[in-house]
Amino acid sequence: MSARIVSRTVNRRAFLGTAVAASLLAASREPVLTAAPEAGASESLIDVNVSLSRWPARRLPHDETPELVDKLRRAGVTQAWAGSLEAVLHKDLAAVNQRLTEECHRHGRGLLRPFGSINPRWPDWEEELRRCAEEYLMPGVRLHPSYHGYRLDDPAFARLLRLAADRRLIVQLVFAMEDERMMHPLLRVPAVEPAPLASLMKATPSLRLVLLNALRTLRGEALRTLLAAGEVFVEIAMLEGVGGVEALLAQVPSSRVLFGSHAPLFYFESALLKLQESPLSAEQRGALRQANARRLSAAA
Amino acid sequence: MAKFDIWDIHCHLNGVAGRTPEERLDKLLEYAKRVGLARLCVFMGMEWAYDPAPEKMRQDNEEVLRAIRRAPGRAFGFVYLNPRHTQASLDELNRCVRDGPMIGVKLWVAQHCNARALDPLIERATELKAIVYQHTWLKVTGNLPGESTPMDLAELAARHPKAALVCGHSGGDWELGLRAIRPHQNLFAELGGGDPTAGFTEMAVRELGAERVLYGSDAGGRSFASQLAKVLGADIPDPAKRLVLGGNLRRLLRPILKEKGINL
Ligand SMILES: [Zn+2]
Repeated sequence: MSARIVSRTVNRRAFLGTAVAASLLAASREPVLTAAPEAGASESLIDVNVSLSRWPARRLPHDETPELVDKLRRAGVTQAWAGSLEAVLHKDLAAVNQRLTEECHRHGRGLLRPFGSINPRWPDWEEELRRCAEEYLMPGVRLHPSYHGYRLDDPAFARLLRLAADRRLIVQLVFAMEDERMMHPLLRVPAVEPAPLASLMKATPSLRLVLLNALRTLRGEALRTLLAAGEVFVEIAMLEGVGGVEALLAQVPSSRVLFGSHAPLFYFESALLKLQESPLSAEQRGALRQANARRLSAAA
Repeated sequence: MAKFDIWDIHCHLNGVAGRTPEERLDKLLEYAKRVGLARLCVFMGMEWAYDPAPEKMRQDNEEVLRAIRRAPGRAFGFVYLNPRHTQASLDELNRCVRDGPMIGVKLWVAQHCNARALDPLIERATELKAIVYQHTWLKVTGNLPGESTPMDLAELAARHPKAALVCGHSGGDWELGLRAIRPHQNLFAELGGGDPTAGFTEMAVRELGAERVLYGSDAGGRSFASQLAKVLGADIPDPAKRLVLGGNLRRLLRPILKEKGINL
């Protein structure tokens, strides 16, 4: 109990510092970037899709936080939005979120930003959301509807989106963690059915929603409609196809696309090489690498 | 990446922008160049067929022939065969490999590859020194009716110890697929066409040795980026990466390329 209190106090102080620094940075850089992206600014890289801890069905090369941090830093990542892999199956999400916060602070100061997990079907989730916002000063939360057993037309989900928007939390919605064809036979989960999202966005206009691992299944008209319904963003971890980023940017505004790696479940290099494979303007590159994520988190 | 001479064993004309085979190959080569890929192997036509009739098979191969004529020595062709049409497949093999520029065979999902119907095709391909790429997958969601598993391919490999057989996608569910093919020295694991799940390449190299692992992408359906990342991002030494990214494929292709007047 006392350890928990101590760590929360430490974390609050640490994250207050980080959050303030990040927002100042964003405020000072934003006008420069929208006017003319400079080489130096586009060097920084914000990965909105990393995870800490262990995947239940496999050990991964970077599933120890210090190793992941080292990997990300060497790859030039300047900020990474981290959820916990424990969140998919653990029921004590309070402990998961606390460990996530401590790990980010202990090993990834200035780099890792924790995104806690909430299951709106479970008791007392509003209190967990409060802790994520007020005690851990998280920039947002990461939701796993397929592992947490609800559909997006569930009223509890709509309420969670509203409360998160009221607290100015970014909501990350995970569409998939892995290819459904190679899930463990006892860990098979249904795909997220995104149809209700567009009207939920219209009902919650202040919400900022980031879809993780969505581009495997969400494409074409359905994707464009959803992006047009509000402040909705996608990232490129599960984007496929030769020249995939170029093809995506021909369909959707570059202001809505973020850099995401899905490390350590995926090789980090995949997302990075996608930026190299597609010919991008300096402005597009800067938007994807960091400017969009910076603008998004500055509003948090 | 310039330190590696990268060859991709697995590309398609499907899923690539362009109205003609030539335009699509140009597009593939353009993206390939951006990520440091030197040479590509291409198979199957612009529109896919699970169980192609002889006519469709010829049309697919014709499209690949047109494409690779565009970039001799940079793009190589594998002939697409359907074991359910034995004579037509043997005729295509002779037309495209013996008498044409193609250097390998592609088998997809028309028939499980442990079937006896494959024997004459594998024998003929081996006589011609062509390597055989067999698609495999082990889907928890259920395979297609004629879709081979790595276990099916292990049976085929045991019957044809002199053939060079490539296990496409390493079975998709690679943690099981790699173990299914491990005992057969003439079976090679291909890394392409699935998610860039970390640990794949490390396990392949650990279980089979770097000499039996091949980089492939499955572009245009997949990006070169996600598939190259499996090797470039893997925790294996550079000499192992060199083998996986091209050294092994060059070793396997050297005899048939030499026969066609291409010396590496
Ligand atoms: Zn393929």
